[in-house]
Amino acid sequence: MEITARALWTMIHGMGFGALYLLACSGGLFELYRLTAASPSPSTPGQHRFLKIYLVTMAFLAWATVLTGAYVIYPWYRATPPPGTLDLSLFPQRLLMSNPATIGWHSLGMEWKEHVAWFAPISITMVAFIFLRYGRDLSNHKQLRSAVLAFAAASFLAAAIAGFFGAMLNKAAPVHGGPAIQVSSGESK
Amino acid sequence: MTTTSNNPPALTNGSGAAAILAAGIGSFALAALAIAADKSAAMKTALAFYKPTGPLSGVTTVAILIWVLTWAMLGVGWQRKTVSLGIVNAAAFALLILSFLLTFPPIADLF
Repeated sequence: MEITARALWTMIHGMGFGALYLLACSGGLFELYRLTAASPSPSTPGQHRFLKIYLVTMAFLAWATVLTGAYVIYPWYRATPPPGTLDLSLFPQRLLMSNPATIGWHSLGMEWKEHVAWFAPISITMVAFIFLRYGRDLSNHKQLRSAVLAFAAASFLAAAIAGFFGAMLNKAAPVHGGPAIQVSSGESK
Repeated sequence: MTTTSNNPPALTNGSGAAAILAAGIGSFALAALAIAADKSAAMKTALAFYKPTGPLSGVTTVAILIWVLTWAMLGVGWQRKTVSLGIVNAAAFALLILSFLLTFPPIADLF
């Protein structure tokens, strides 16, 4: 069983950082809503401390996702093939654009994904900063709390759009190539 | 120890408002720069800070700089102030919604 270096990086970017961020979003939104509500539901300093660490981790994941995407995966995706190249399998963007049935995955999917994804780290960094600064006092700032929840939801939406198109693009034209990494040696049965 | 919150705010809303508005401005800057890089060959070349990534590298770097600088300036100015958060929120949400729309290729292609 082996995987190419580019496929491994794509996995780290999408299934590692990106998917983990998306998974973290629902928990983050729920805890933000619960711990900053003005209702008499009690919360402990430990829960607030946990959410602070959780939000900072989410911000790290969001930045790690966009930075690996833009500076590690995207150059492989958009690489220009040498003139006369017939096999475009190592040039995903050109492969998608070579077929009318798949061109939309690039012209709509990648074109939107490569920009919209950045709203996730910008928004969640702001959310984490405000929760770190205000802590439980956030429940006394109703409008601030509303904005924080809305931007956290927008961050989730941006990551979901990017994640969906990332998965579909990698299905239609996977990024692969580079040195092969042996994961394990199988036996025939 | 458990706590509940029904008290007057201990902190002013200024630094929070600065972060919210800066996030909206940073997002909008990214969308506007993405359109500029797509429509203008000169901008496309100028924003290709890192050749393998192309103009995306400049679009995002400049947008992040705008976001961080705006945040820093507003943060310093509003740190101890209570600002009209209704207006700030409305402006930030409007910019964020516009950013989502302007990065959507069928809309971006209208320019």
